[in-house]
Amino acid sequence: MAIDELEKKLRPPEIALKPYPAKLITLASGEKMVVRECRREEAGALLGTVYPLLAVSKDYYDIVAARMYSEILGWFRYRVANEFVIVGAIDGVIAGIVTSRHVEAKTGMSLHTLTIKRGLRVGAQLFAAKMEHHIEYLGEDEVHIVAESPIGFKRWMIEYELEDRSAQYPGLRHELGGVPTFTLTRKLWDAVRAVKCTGTRPVPPEILKTADKLTMPSEYVQLPGWKRGS
Amino acid sequence: MAPKVGIVGIGHCRFGNSSDYDLVDVIAYSANDAFEDAGGLQLRKQVDQVFVGNMAAGMFNHQTSVASALVSRMDMEPVPAELIENGPASGASAIRLGYMAIASGMADVVLVAAGEVMRSVSGWEATNIVATMAHTEAEYNMGLTLPGFAGMFTRLYMEKYGMTERDLALVAVKDHANGALNKYAHVQIPVTIDAIADGESANVVNNYVAEPLRMYSTCPISDGSAAVILVNMDSPKAKLFKKKAIRIAGIGSATDTHCVHNRKDPLVLDAVRLSSQIAYKMAGIGPKDISFAELHDAFVIFELLNSEEVGFFERGKSFIGVRNHETEIGGRIPINTSGGLKAKGHPVGATGVSQVVELVRQLRGEAEESRQVKDPKYGMAVNFGGFGNNVITTILAKD
Repeated sequence: MAIDELEKKLRPPEIALKPYPAKLITLASGEKMVVRECRREEAGALLGTVYPLLAVSKDYYDIVAARMYSEILGWFRYRVANEFVIVGAIDGVIAGIVTSRHVEAKTGMSLHTLTIKRGLRVGAQLFAAKMEHHIEYLGEDEVHIVAESPIGFKRWMIEYELEDRSAQYPGLRHELGGVPTFTLTRKLWDAVRAVKCTGTRPVPPEILKTADKLTMPSEYVQLPGWKRGS
Repeated sequence: MAPKVGIVGIGHCRFGNSSDYDLVDVIAYSANDAFEDAGGLQLRKQVDQVFVGNMAAGMFNHQTSVASALVSRMDMEPVPAELIENGPASGASAIRLGYMAIASGMADVVLVAAGEVMRSVSGWEATNIVATMAHTEAEYNMGLTLPGFAGMFTRLYMEKYGMTERDLALVAVKDHANGALNKYAHVQIPVTIDAIADGESANVVNNYVAEPLRMYSTCPISDGSAAVILVNMDSPKAKLFKKKAIRIAGIGSATDTHCVHNRKDPLVLDAVRLSSQIAYKMAGIGPKDISFAELHDAFVIFELLNSEEVGFFERGKSFIGVRNHETEIGGRIPINTSGGLKAKGHPVGATGVSQVVELVRQLRGEAEESRQVKDPKYGMAVNFGGFGNNVITTILAKD
């Protein structure tokens, strides 16, 4: 597509981000989950995966799905600066998605974590992968984080013992609605990394190949009775 | 001579997250399921007594008088109804009182329904509420929680008998394999030993909860309910129910010190051993006659300890039996064929009744084919209240 002058003005300035190398995690079920960075042309599969969850109010899936849908669309249409999307895929089927944004050299802004396949801590693994990318590959010292669900608050704020910056720096507000902002620092990351972040690299080529083409889930535990295409 | 007491109806919901529902509706679901199983909802009018098992609706749901509410919800007035609270053994205590009501001659038909909705509060608040069963001054006020207690207990056992964390994981693998086949289980996902113990990611995938206990060494926080209908098998009313009764052959109860530090050896669970001995004596059988068992495993270490105290294994040897596959379905003594509290879930007040429902399903031959024990004669359930300080053992027989 030709990028005309107006479109250029509409796009935010971008910083070229270092890539996130794919890794492999064996889930408790024994299933192999490939965790890798998404390509822009995969936005269709990602949006199609997120869309059905707009109808699920339980555990705040609706708001997380709605915001993530807009974040992926914004990434696809170049309307969010320095965004990256990481996916977890089991045999190519999307099990979870995370979105995030590099703000400037030493600061990141975590956007959302959406667990599709539940009961195996897929979301926890993908959130850790997102933090790994921010701190270890993009070289940031701090990542600002908010939670929009009680599950998220427990998983991130409590389990990572994130710093509550909302009282100390009341002027600091995360982009997501100004709710209390917590921060993962490099020091906190170093303290929890061994028990929160896992995965082996490089991913064996035959397994990586299974995740090359992302597939939308045909069913969701969050939507009993729902089947894609029916 | 006391009449024979049997179970003629069972009901169960799928354990999991029912926090969108009212506790009384959750319990009524299983109670209605039990009447349908027994022959129809019209049988409600035959009930002489209702006992409801629940541990902490006052704290979890800000709700009291649950038995009165259930009777009214089910259009069963004016039947007498009482709530039974005995911590996580509330369900089995309710069954025991139902048995006593019939054995005493005061009732011929008793509905025992039990339930808990725990996920109405956060996980750490649920842990706090459950911890209130501990000794107030010596334990709870010192910050002890049940996972913390079980972690210390497990460490002691490991040091004394040489059990490893991998042995704990083997119990979880077996329980999850069974739970994955049980339509009522909260967690219907099998797990592998490589993923939760041996593999490179195991330390993260199966993280510590209270060292050495890991996530897969502990039960989930679950909502759910279960119900049974007890009948005097010698009464004319027994003929009104379509299912052949599964007889309560033995039921025993015992207590131990509330404060765990007052026990001579914390690894010796006197109440489990004594309650099982009472149940064995009443049934006229011994451990070798038991075909399968549901043993209270809020933490997998309890499954191992309970299996020793009831006589399935020598002290300190149960984990060897697990290594040798003796407790799997098809093994010498299948344990927790339902998935146990570990995989099926543990809505505290409901657990004791849920265990007995599993015994009935297996003895009737109505469990899912893939996890049905072959030709069982006797099933045992151990329901553990407090930290082993109030225990009920139930033995059912297929006559």
